[in-house]
Amino acid sequence: MDDEFESVYQVLGKDFPNAGKVSTSIKDTLKRLGVQSAVVRRVAIVSYEAEMNLVMYAVRGTVTLTVSPDAVTLNIADEGPGIPDVSLAMQEGYSTATPEMREMGFGAGMGLPNIKRNADEFDIQSEVGKGTHLFVRVRQAA
Amino acid sequence: MTSLKSITLEEVRKLLNAEVLSGEDLSIKVEVVGAADLLSDVLATSKPGTLLLTGLVSTQVIRTAVVADLCGVVFVRGKKPGDEILALARESGIPVLATQLKMFESAGRLYKAISES
Repeated sequence: MDDEFESVYQVLGKDFPNAGKVSTSIKDTLKRLGVQSAVVRRVAIVSYEAEMNLVMYAVRGTVTLTVSPDAVTLNIADEGPGIPDVSLAMQEGYSTATPEMREMGFGAGMGLPNIKRNADEFDIQSEVGKGTHLFVRVRQAA
Repeated sequence: MTSLKSITLEEVRKLLNAEVLSGEDLSIKVEVVGAADLLSDVLATSKPGTLLLTGLVSTQVIRTAVVADLCGVVFVRGKKPGDEILALARESGIPVLATQLKMFESAGRLYKAISES
């Protein structure tokens, strides 16, 4: 894999039946590209938590997957309510989830901490009333 | 870690008097079992190849199994996943079992079987 690979996926807010589909296809793509399975798993977990957040909270958004020989990068950008206090949202257990979100097995305030735990590089920018942008990079062993 | 202890999915089926709802190959080896109703916990703590015991019934359980490389899912407490969930499981190649036993009893039986295997 010498060239950089990029793919953009659309995610719709409140589209619960399809929530997780994008992450499944990202996973398939990474496997097809021959990315090491431990890296595939970390990226898939990051993507899935971010996709669930997007479906649960945002209006719409995109997940951009970039694969280069040394790293896999995800940029997740949404149009949505934004996060008023990012440092609070990064705390394990802090949650603003509704009962419906919890019934699906999410919304326990674990998503963002899980994303960060699986990332080698992590950045989050959020503006209330506009949306949130997540940047995650997982490095590939040489 | 050398010589990991394991049991097969077929043994899991027998131990839990479980019904097989998806999956044809029950010779898959199970080395780790996790019990959880919170998918974020599964994503945060499970190892690849984990067999998940859960009382949570949702398509997200199957997607979590795919994303986290789980070897299968056992629905406990007599929970029956709907057709949509089972269709996704079959399409994704995730074995699904269902047992009437509760989470504690299921986990206990499997823990004993794996540690004595």
